[in-house]
Amino acid sequence: MPHWLQLMLDSLGPLLWAALVFTIPLTLLSFAFGLGLGLVAALVRLFGPRPLAAVVRFYVWIIRGTPLLVQLFLIFYGLPSVGILLDAFTAALIGFTLNIGAYTSEIIRAAISSVAKGQWEASFSIGMSWGQTMRRTILPQAARVAVPPLSNTFISLVKDTSLAAAITVPELFQAAQRIVATTYEPLILYILAALIYLAISSVLSALQTRLEARLDRYGGFMEARA
Amino acid sequence: MIELSHIVKQFGDNVVLKDVSVSFAEGTVTALVGPSGGGKSTLLRCINLLEIPTSGRVTIGEEAIDFRPGVKVGWPAIQKLRRQTGMVFQNFQLFPHRTAIDNVAEGLVTVLKWPRERARARAMELLEKVGLAGKADAWPATLSGGQQQRVAIARALAPSPRVLLCDEPTSALDPELSGEVVEVLAQLAREGTTMVIATHDLRLASTIADEAIFLEAGVVVEKGRDLFSRPQRERTKRFVATLTQAPAEQAGSGI
Repeated sequence: MPHWLQLMLDSLGPLLWAALVFTIPLTLLSFAFGLGLGLVAALVRLFGPRPLAAVVRFYVWIIRGTPLLVQLFLIFYGLPSVGILLDAFTAALIGFTLNIGAYTSEIIRAAISSVAKGQWEASFSIGMSWGQTMRRTILPQAARVAVPPLSNTFISLVKDTSLAAAITVPELFQAAQRIVATTYEPLILYILAALIYLAISSVLSALQTRLEARLDRYGGFMEARA
Repeated sequence: MIELSHIVKQFGDNVVLKDVSVSFAEGTVTALVGPSGGGKSTLLRCINLLEIPTSGRVTIGEEAIDFRPGVKVGWPAIQKLRRQTGMVFQNFQLFPHRTAIDNVAEGLVTVLKWPRERARARAMELLEKVGLAGKADAWPATLSGGQQQRVAIARALAPSPRVLLCDEPTSALDPELSGEVVEVLAQLAREGTTMVIATHDLRLASTIADEAIFLEAGVVVEKGRDLFSRPQRERTKRFVATLTQAPAEQAGSGI
């Protein structure tokens, strides 16, 4: 067996383990929390009182306007100076959640706005409350519009979790770095890490396609195209 | 009895309804006619409070709400009144993510908390009534405009409203498709459904309305049982004349 293949096989276990224990949980948790935060932020911006909407705009402005790596450093290395000490995983989780919340709030806001005003009126006309209308009429239709851009954000997040290596989270990329430090084989190890990220992203892309097909089963987009 | 009294509706400085008082008896069909921008749609939407009147009083059956400028009326009161009405829109506004039968059942399940099976049985009855039992499981996007509007009528009727409000129900349809909608509405009229219909469609208004109200610039110009055959006022005569000549004129002046 060639040396490089042997090295890859030997490293595969530790890298997959790091992905399973850190990269994937970090991705799933921060996306779930971030999506919840994004939904609340979008609703506040669309329907909330002005001062609160301004707070949300400020939050989105800060998050989108500063590098993710800087945000992670601020949370993990900066906050201890004011007495807030977080373990690396929690710090990364908070950083990614805030990041996803800001980006998805804009996506969700646009998706909700894209649903025709008549759909609100039709729901009200059969006696539905604001909350029922939002839940049963608006959000299901907004979801179809939001899924492609949300999937983009999700897949970006998988790759962005590699930044957590810089604040000492022993995730996939850091696992690769550690092996490089002992074997001095950066090319092989980083190719392997890249391939694992690629595999995770590919699975997500496939899931996206299926989800879109499901959300589009009622043929609304075909009507729009006609 | 559905009663609107001294209704004023203002959008900013624009007064769309100027102290309009009209009432609709149970079991009657009333057509609201008049030029675009005359206020007929707004008046219709004041009945189910999709537009909140600036001032005036809306009464449906035993429920009444008084409106005054600057005073907000609570959501529960609005919903209490609104739930006695059903509405049909110009562009149907079916829920595109629900099948025909689920569109009709939606209000029963979500608002009235009926069990799903009972709601679907009632929805099926209504789809039969509008001649679309065979399309129960179809998505709205696969239905013709006329079929969509008939499903929308069934949806509006599902909770057995006291009054059916129709906002230009045939305007988005070609003559053939609008024919099938007129037929369904005529059948409902024969069964004694109380209806208020804002429309430009002379065929619809003259075939099924017991009474017509002519609105222009936010005031009632004239109302009567034979507004179309024997208009009294000069303005109404001119308007009725344009309606009857419309097809020929439009053909000549198009584009």
